Amino acid sequence: MKISSQTKQKIAFTLLGAAAVLVIVPVIVIFAILIEKGLPAINWQFLTAMPRMGMRAGGIFPAIMGTMYLVLGTIVVALPLGVLAAIYLVEYARQNWLTRMIEVAIVNLAGVPSVVYGLFGMGLFVIFLRFGASILAGSLTLAIMILPVIITASKEALSSVPRSFREASLALGVSKWQTIRCVVLPNALPGILTGTILGISRAAGETAPILFTVAAFYLPRLPKSVFDQCMALPYHLYVLSTQVPNVNPKIQYGTALVLVGLVFLLNLVAIITRSYIRSKKQW
Amino acid sequence: MVTPTENDLKNQEGIGPVTQGDKIVIENLSIDYGTVQALKNVSFSVKEREILGVIGPANSGKTSFLRALNRLNDLDLSVRTRGSIRLNGKDVFRQMDAEEVRKKVTMVFALPIPLPMSIFDNVAYGPRRHGVKDKRELVKIVEKSLQAAFLWDEVKDRLSSSAMKLSGGQQQRLCIARTLAVDPEVILYDEPCSGLDPISTAKVEEAMFELKAKYTQILVTNNVKQAARVGDRVAFFLMGELVEIDEADKLFTAPRDKRTDDYITGRFG
Ligand SMILES: Nc1ncnc2c1ncn2[C@@H]1O[C@H](COP(=O)(O)OP(=O)(O)O)[C@@H](O)[C@H]1O
Ligand SMILES: [Mg+2]
Repeated sequence: MKISSQTKQKIAFTLLGAAAVLVIVPVIVIFAILIEKGLPAINWQFLTAMPRMGMRAGGIFPAIMGTMYLVLGTIVVALPLGVLAAIYLVEYARQNWLTRMIEVAIVNLAGVPSVVYGLFGMGLFVIFLRFGASILAGSLTLAIMILPVIITASKEALSSVPRSFREASLALGVSKWQTIRCVVLPNALPGILTGTILGISRAAGETAPILFTVAAFYLPRLPKSVFDQCMALPYHLYVLSTQVPNVNPKIQYGTALVLVGLVFLLNLVAIITRSYIRSKKQW
Repeated sequence: MVTPTENDLKNQEGIGPVTQGDKIVIENLSIDYGTVQALKNVSFSVKEREILGVIGPANSGKTSFLRALNRLNDLDLSVRTRGSIRLNGKDVFRQMDAEEVRKKVTMVFALPIPLPMSIFDNVAYGPRRHGVKDKRELVKIVEKSLQAAFLWDEVKDRLSSSAMKLSGGQQQRLCIARTLAVDPEVILYDEPCSGLDPISTAKVEEAMFELKAKYTQILVTNNVKQAARVGDRVAFFLMGELVEIDEADKLFTAPRDKRTDDYITGRFG
């Protein structure tokens, strides 16, 4: 029997469609399970109280705050560094072996497993620079981990600003740096922010990089300075699931739901920012 | 090589072939892109407050020439420039920095390039970057520049709306206003009407006429008639060479070179 090309096409489309649908199935399942089992645990007290009874009761407030601090510290370090590096690479660097090395390094950094960042951060920040396990060391480690994401996104955003805008500005006798600051950067901002938020959402969810550099097993109080340890959601979840016996699964799922919700929220902010600025963009 | 001291530089001003009334003196200017020679050993001068039309077929080096005048060619690392250009007697390559040159010799591009900001901010862009902070002074500069570019009446009620919403012709006049706002001495136009309808073109030309009182203008155009209408003198470029430069009426009625004649009568190009 001969199958007509029409039929073949239909079969191909069906298969492709099925593959695409398969992608969203795990997402839906994960969310469904998390919401079903975690939502009952979530209430005001769970979000704002300290853990009690060896984390088997009470809330996860210090873990939420710890993750917030880490996210903030990571932004403070990674955003300026990443954007400045991208500006250098896009606007100033000439094509030579040094810039090629930098680009290769960025690509490779993006592929390094997160546990390696954790060990690196411990070696460099915790031990060698004597920061100890601290928010500082953890933020720096996370920042290095997401630098490639921020640099790559920023580079793309900067290069997508039309050359004609730069020339229009330069042709008025405006300096190159002022042109970058006043024309290029504002127009690249949406892309830079999107990349940053995606990087940050990755940082918020990672366990391995904070494992040796900042995360506290059980610390039912808030950190007082950047040299303090803190709890963090991903590590707390790991601890609840593997290190503490007899934890009510409700609490585990509740913690997971908060973590996923937080990351989801960050991604949502990125998407909304991007589409908002895109709708305002006029070129 | 001995680097000239400041005194030497001062002494150099006013000597050489700078005669009274020469705004720009171009000597033996050659421009190469790698192996492509875009401009071949061109020498002539541009007079104070004239409109110099520059005509010639595509790829004859007109744009490269303009971009040498305000050193925009510096941005392209493959460009090699030889010879000299002097503005008010000062060598733009050796005695001025690029920003200083560009502030005095500004450029209006072929396609209007409004920056993605309001009409007011577009015109105020240059002065702001050059340090004008006083709001009232900025308002004054913006109004004056828009008036000089014949755009004021059309936009005075919507200065804060986006420049991207203007029509093509209005955008081009906005770009002229933006260059005027930095108080230049020379304005370069690179085929500024190539994307405009005849009415917008007429308005841009009208603006150029008015600007003659104060500025030296160089208009590169692919439209021979426009050069005849607007130019005091006209230069004809062909394959990187300056074939002829003369008063507009002379060049168009009695060209000295056969190639000029062929081009203006439309036999090639
Ligand atoms: N950026 C560039 N790189 C390489 N060659 C160029 C570049 N710009 C112009 N050229 C070449 O220089 C010559 C003159 O070009 P151009 O100055 O743009 O002429 P016109 O403006 O008269 O059309 C052309 O042969 C063109 O191909
Ligand atoms: Mg051209």
